[in-house]
Amino acid sequence: MTLKVTLITGRTISQGVNLENKTSSDYMEATASCELNTKDIELLGKPKYVKIRTEYGDVVVKLKENSSNPSGIAFIPMGPWANAVVDPDTKGCGMPGFKGIPAEIDATENKVLLLKELMARYKQ
Amino acid sequence: MELLIKNGAVYDPVNGIAGDRADISIKDGKIVEKVSSGASVIDAGGRLVMAGGVDAHSHIAGAKVNLGRLMRPEDSRIGLKSRTKITRVYSGYTVPNVFAMGYRYAQMGYTTVFEAAQAIMKARHTHEELEEIPIIDKGALTLFGSNWPTMDYVREKNLDKLAAYVAWGLLASRGFGVKVVNPGGGEMWGFGKNVTSLDDVVPNFDVTPAQIIVSLMKANEMLRLPHSVHLHCNNLGKPGNYKTTLASMELAKQIKPAKDRQVLHVTHLTFNAWGGTNWGDFESKADEIANYLNNSDNVTTDMGQLIFGSATTMTADGPVQYANAKLLHAKWGNGDVELEDASGVVPIFYAKQISIHAIMWAIGLELALLTKDPYKVLLTTDHPNGGPFVNYPEVIALLMSNKKRQEEIKTLHEAVHKRTKIPGIERELDFNDIAIMTRAGPAKVLGLLDTKGHLGVGADADVAIYDIKPDQIDPSVEYAKIKSAFQSAAYTIKGGEVVVKDGQITATPMGRTFWVDATVPEEQTEIMMKDIRMKFKNYYSINLANYMVQDAYVTHPKVVKAGAIPVKVS
Amino acid sequence: MNVITDALCPFCGCLCDDITVVVEDNKIIEAKHACMLGSAKILGHCRLGGNNIETHHTIKEPMTRVDKNSNFKEVSYDEAINEAAEILAKSKRPLLYGWASASCEVHKKGLLLAEELGAIIDNTASVCHGPTGLATHEKGSPSATLGQIKNRADVIVFWGCNPVQAHPRHMGRYSSFARGFFSEKGRKGRKIIVLDVRKTDTAKMADEYVEIQQGSDYLVISALRAILSGHADVVPASVGGVLKDQLVKVVETLKTAKFGAIFFGMGLTQSKSRYKNIDNAVSLTFDLNSFTKFVITPMRGHYNVTGFNQVCTWETGFTTAVDFSRGLPYYNPGETAANDVLNRNEVDAAMVIAADAAAHFPANSVRRLAKMPLVQIDPHWSATTEIANVVIPTAICGIEVEGTAYRMDGVSLRLRKMIEPTHLTDEEVLERITQRVKELRGE
Ligand code: SF4
Ligand SMILES: [Zn+2]
Repeated sequence: MTLKVTLITGRTISQGVNLENKTSSDYMEATASCELNTKDIELLGKPKYVKIRTEYGDVVVKLKENSSNPSGIAFIPMGPWANAVVDPDTKGCGMPGFKGIPAEIDATENKVLLLKELMARYKQ
Repeated sequence: MELLIKNGAVYDPVNGIAGDRADISIKDGKIVEKVSSGASVIDAGGRLVMAGGVDAHSHIAGAKVNLGRLMRPEDSRIGLKSRTKITRVYSGYTVPNVFAMGYRYAQMGYTTVFEAAQAIMKARHTHEELEEIPIIDKGALTLFGSNWPTMDYVREKNLDKLAAYVAWGLLASRGFGVKVVNPGGGEMWGFGKNVTSLDDVVPNFDVTPAQIIVSLMKANEMLRLPHSVHLHCNNLGKPGNYKTTLASMELAKQIKPAKDRQVLHVTHLTFNAWGGTNWGDFESKADEIANYLNNSDNVTTDMGQLIFGSATTMTADGPVQYANAKLLHAKWGNGDVELEDASGVVPIFYAKQISIHAIMWAIGLELALLTKDPYKVLLTTDHPNGGPFVNYPEVIALLMSNKKRQEEIKTLHEAVHKRTKIPGIERELDFNDIAIMTRAGPAKVLGLLDTKGHLGVGADADVAIYDIKPDQIDPSVEYAKIKSAFQSAAYTIKGGEVVVKDGQITATPMGRTFWVDATVPEEQTEIMMKDIRMKFKNYYSINLANYMVQDAYVTHPKVVKAGAIPVKVS
Repeated sequence: MNVITDALCPFCGCLCDDITVVVEDNKIIEAKHACMLGSAKILGHCRLGGNNIETHHTIKEPMTRVDKNSNFKEVSYDEAINEAAEILAKSKRPLLYGWASASCEVHKKGLLLAEELGAIIDNTASVCHGPTGLATHEKGSPSATLGQIKNRADVIVFWGCNPVQAHPRHMGRYSSFARGFFSEKGRKGRKIIVLDVRKTDTAKMADEYVEIQQGSDYLVISALRAILSGHADVVPASVGGVLKDQLVKVVETLKTAKFGAIFFGMGLTQSKSRYKNIDNAVSLTFDLNSFTKFVITPMRGHYNVTGFNQVCTWETGFTTAVDFSRGLPYYNPGETAANDVLNRNEVDAAMVIAADAAAHFPANSVRRLAKMPLVQIDPHWSATTEIANVVIPTAICGIEVEGTAYRMDGVSLRLRKMIEPTHLTDEEVLERITQRVKELRGE
């Protein structure tokens, strides 16, 4: 099924630890992921990977459990994967929409793009 | 590099020259007896020549100045100017950027300016900005009045430790003198409270403002610092505060100066010569203050003149700023500094038709005109509290022309007639008085008269030439000319270099930063440092090793030596 | 072996200054007292070899390429600097972005270059606490140094921030657990309130956790202000997902504090209402001062993102997002911030320095950057490297170069040089680019 959520992005410690280590798999592991609570994960059928779609794009990331999230809240650590789907509108004050983006989540078999591949998309 | 300024109408009160034609010889940045025939020559053509202006109290650099800028982009949008081949961009009116700060002072013929307050912990920031202010020489006064070590030593009556702490604090902050703001109040503001009189007891520290002031004056004189204690009185901003101001001045009688200067400088009287009991019966008591000054010899003051229009109030007096913000429904900046002091920033607009503002406008002028000796009242606007320093020429014109004052009074709220004495004051200051209030006076008050504020041999070659022929002008009538001439110097010479010509910047040398290195017996410092180390271990949020301002932040220092014991000459 | 004490950690806005660094053969082998984040930065992944390295982490030599889809060619500093200068000098609307992981000395050089070029200069506050600056324009900034809070605060509020993950030593050094003069009991003597949209690790440690429906912070702040000013009667039974009873209880705690401190993060700056959230939170702080002492402080992210805002403010009058195209500094976030000009497709060349725009900007902006001539100045291979034309590696500020940084509360401290650099410094590179730009323009 498709899960409708509100997407937020933000810092995590492993995102920070690997901030200057962007080309590593540690960084990818730290940031190319989406956290949902157990109930939401069950609704999706406990997949390994999910595709997140917003008005602004889509991205495939690993699914992680975080029981601290309320239902309907999806968290992606800040970084290139999250930013593939955030709202670019700066709302007249310079700040894009990194939090509170309506999103749809589906289970997927597709693989997570490497940073290099993700960036290559933008050069097309 | 030699330079000869010929044919000037020189006003140099320190050397007893009042408008006489005189030549000024300059060599290697100093005024000398004479120069060789190869010297370049500026023909002043009978125009007014004075030493470079000296400002002993202005807020030009540091955390609260920058907070003022950050809070007020609307102010930064005023006075914008593109860069040129020699100047960087200008911005701001009440809170100019660092470049405009130096350029505008120089354009008015000022060459030395002192920042009036820095907390030791934030001194690095002050110096970062001072380092970027072009042309002028500068320095900064360091806050001591609510510092925990100060209050501990005052309570313990340990003057040796207090003096050692002051000397060390000046070194740590690369500061020039002892600033005291609402003593005790900074600490009480830590919990949102304030002191209300000189004899209130500061909780937990068990000292009173009066004890703090007296002890710091004693320490200041023990250390033979060039400047005296520089006091922003308690109860500032409250109707009736002139009594506190007078009582604070009275404390100076207990102290003998170690140098030929005052023992207490009480600053920006526009804000603390207030009578009345509330905003309704608010009135000027500048006459009482002037009367006191006329009968005493160890206190000096400055005007803090109010300028109508936009201003940004900024002070270490945290509680008064919260009260202001509340009263004015204005935006509020607050900046408590752990163990040291408070601070606040609030924008304000002074309006001619607001009775309080009209009365405050009169206070600064009354003080200057009713005090007989111009050495006792320096010309300031407490930039940018009373208004921006670019308005000094307006203040000069007001002091020199009763006619201008009367014109102005016509446009003000009627309270100026009933609750000030200004309408009836006819005194008009002359160029000599102005030279004292803007040059000799501040230099003397700061203890820098050896090299600043005059044009005698050995002085720094800081000179201003204004497009006024003193023998051909009646300032009383031609006040508009006076104002425009002082706004835009014909020449400003800084350290022997022409930095302004016809009001335009021509060169941007880097000025020096004055700071005071006061010697204290080593054992005394060591004993004091035990307490300081304990405070860093337990209370400060940074380590002692990272506290002191490093040399990298004072690249052009001018160290003034002082100290309790004579410095050994090696 | 060389031991450096009292060193600063050049990672997060806490700017801890108690790090002991052990250096052997110009390699840092230990960083005592640093948290996980700080250790990762100071010890470095690259120079010591981290896990799972797939490609280079640091950039060894300057590199250039004309076609962004081709591989980089290693070139000399002279060539790369020349190339960078040409790109910038030719540009009609250059953007100079980044500056977070660099010292104030670098910022000064950057602002000079921006003036010279007539460029737009913006820092990473643009995507973190930019709205905090806007709120400061509106309402001011009633704040205090962190030590004031450590010594006095008995009530601490964390709103939309998660120090456990983002500023790991904050609670120990400055807030929840810190002991001081009036707070000898540390955590025991304090009430901690956390307001967030999910139960973060910080929230789990709170005495009171208030879960807000995402995007409703403004409403909740307004409700708190209404209750505080005695108008609880107009507050509905639930506001932004929070029950009125809980809001009333929170207000009671705030009001009866001896000294209260609010720390806030991107939960406020980035969600709906942006700077208006902060504006309202500053007003709440203002209101609380009628009852007791209260201050509010942003949890600034990078160790010197604050420093750029300070330097930019004292040099131009404006905090960031300054457009010099008219010769004068012009500032209007919403129009002149990096993502504004990228969204409008105005920029025709960019320089990214000491930050990773490609990783931290929305896709739309990255797409634009990927299609224009792009210069990167950075010690590390990042997402921006992937889309750059000219890449100039530099020494790491705060590890290989000394300089100034401003802590989140505006206290400035001196960064240490711990080891000898193997690359040019940012300052040197910027100076040389500026020099070359002047030459190219015949000045
Ligand atoms: S809390 Fe921040 S500054 Fe302190 S050690 Fe950790 S990363 Fe470094
Ligand atoms: Zn002042």
